[in-house]
Amino acid sequence: MSAAGNGNGFDPKSASYLDSIEVVEVQRGPEPGGLGGAYRAFGETLRGLKTTMARLIEGPMTIEYPEEKTPVYPRFRGRHKLHKFEDTGLEKCVGCSLCAAACPADCIRVVAAENIPGERVSAGERYAAVYEINLSRCIFCGYCEIACPFDAITMGHDYEMADYDRRDLIFTKEMLLAEPVERTPLKAEGE
Amino acid sequence: MLPLADTQFVEATWIMIVKSIVIFGVIFGILPLLTVLERKLIGRFQHRYGPNRVGPYGLLQPLADVGKLISKESFRPENAVSTLFILGPLLPVLAGVLSLAIIPWGDVQGGVGFYGIDVPIGILYFFAVGSIAFYGLLLGGWSSGSKYSLLGAMRSAAQLISYEVSMGLALLGVIMMSGSLSLVSIVHSQGEMWFILPQFVGFLIFMLAGFAETNRTPFDMPEADAELVQGFMTEYGGMRFGSFLLVEYMEILVVSGIAAAMFLGGWMGPGPSFLDPIWMLAKMLGLVLLFIWIRATLPRLRYDQLMSLGWKVLLPLATLNVLVTAVLVVAT
Repeated sequence: MSAAGNGNGFDPKSASYLDSIEVVEVQRGPEPGGLGGAYRAFGETLRGLKTTMARLIEGPMTIEYPEEKTPVYPRFRGRHKLHKFEDTGLEKCVGCSLCAAACPADCIRVVAAENIPGERVSAGERYAAVYEINLSRCIFCGYCEIACPFDAITMGHDYEMADYDRRDLIFTKEMLLAEPVERTPLKAEGE
Repeated sequence: MLPLADTQFVEATWIMIVKSIVIFGVIFGILPLLTVLERKLIGRFQHRYGPNRVGPYGLLQPLADVGKLISKESFRPENAVSTLFILGPLLPVLAGVLSLAIIPWGDVQGGVGFYGIDVPIGILYFFAVGSIAFYGLLLGGWSSGSKYSLLGAMRSAAQLISYEVSMGLALLGVIMMSGSLSLVSIVHSQGEMWFILPQFVGFLIFMLAGFAETNRTPFDMPEADAELVQGFMTEYGGMRFGSFLLVEYMEILVVSGIAAAMFLGGWMGPGPSFLDPIWMLAKMLGLVLLFIWIRATLPRLRYDQLMSLGWKVLLPLATLNVLVTAVLVVAT
């Protein structure tokens, strides 16, 4: 800026030039130390004490987890559930393996078998003889739920799946079909 | 018999023994509760609950802590100087218990003085014994054979010389106004007005120096758990570490007691005279709450800030306070 000004025969020392420069005022705090510093420190200390006392009055915000649980949203993706038809009691899963194909973590294993006319297991032609989800690999993305053409698998709300053994985390069809213990509170409408 | 101290009031030996046992028992009953109180209050200051699992409202937490500390091995580093290393935590405990003796809990009632001992040198005794406590920190830090401990001990030493002077000068105003060093006489001379009003500057300086004396935030430089990993106590474990922690709370109580006696009218309060110790205790606890509140609020000062506060602000202020008080006392 000053270089351009000089080129036009501009006197860099004239008052009008100095006025034309945009002066940025640097905000500086008062010099530390001394009695003024002590006085300011005292005032700021009182302000800090007020702030912490306000926190004390607000009270704790802790959610004491094992006893109290945060409600989850309805679309929360927790542990999977397999579903049956309510009227006939037949499994919705027809063993198509689309969920296994959609799974990015490759944690679903489906072995399909033909339904025998006398003892039908599923509503379709075939059923899942083996349906296993390895929850130690599952990333809870919900792609299986989207891929399923019969809404046979959905994501539940249960997230308390910690266990002592990795083998216990492979959930079989019976475990996924069983009515899960609803341990997680659901958020109320508008919460 | 050689008189160890010139006392204002003579009573039977067995009364003195019973008295000291009662004071010791009460204070050591309060100390563990103080640790819970501090942890719970710090929690509340941070939107937390604090310990609430052990016993009702977490009141048995200190029992669990002490049980854990006792069952730990008394570890000693290879480079440590063993006798001094063991002496380190003992000296502050001794000094803390000794300074409990002069805290006045009440006046002479029914032939029994409600205090450990009323020595005419009162406050000087507190300073002498309080300085011995610092030797414990210095010896412990130096003999640990660890650089963090050494740094912590050096910080303690520097802090001690910066703050003891201002602390003494802050109390000098009160001593001049009451004309006595004995804590009981000082409390008596506050009948009309508590010394916190005419000596407010002195009270502030004394409390600030008290924070430094007890190694509490914002002056917990010797401990500095963030940068020095507890400073002089780095190498201590088990109950030796526990006694350092215990001493911190005991020193808080003692400094609160001295402040309550010197500035807040000691045992004075409404109600019958047998409530005197309760009033004293209530005033002490109020000051302890201030200690905790300050801890929850202020960050640790930088080392040079601490030094410049001590030498450039507190010392001139305290001297000025003493001069003004002296002029006023002589003039009136």
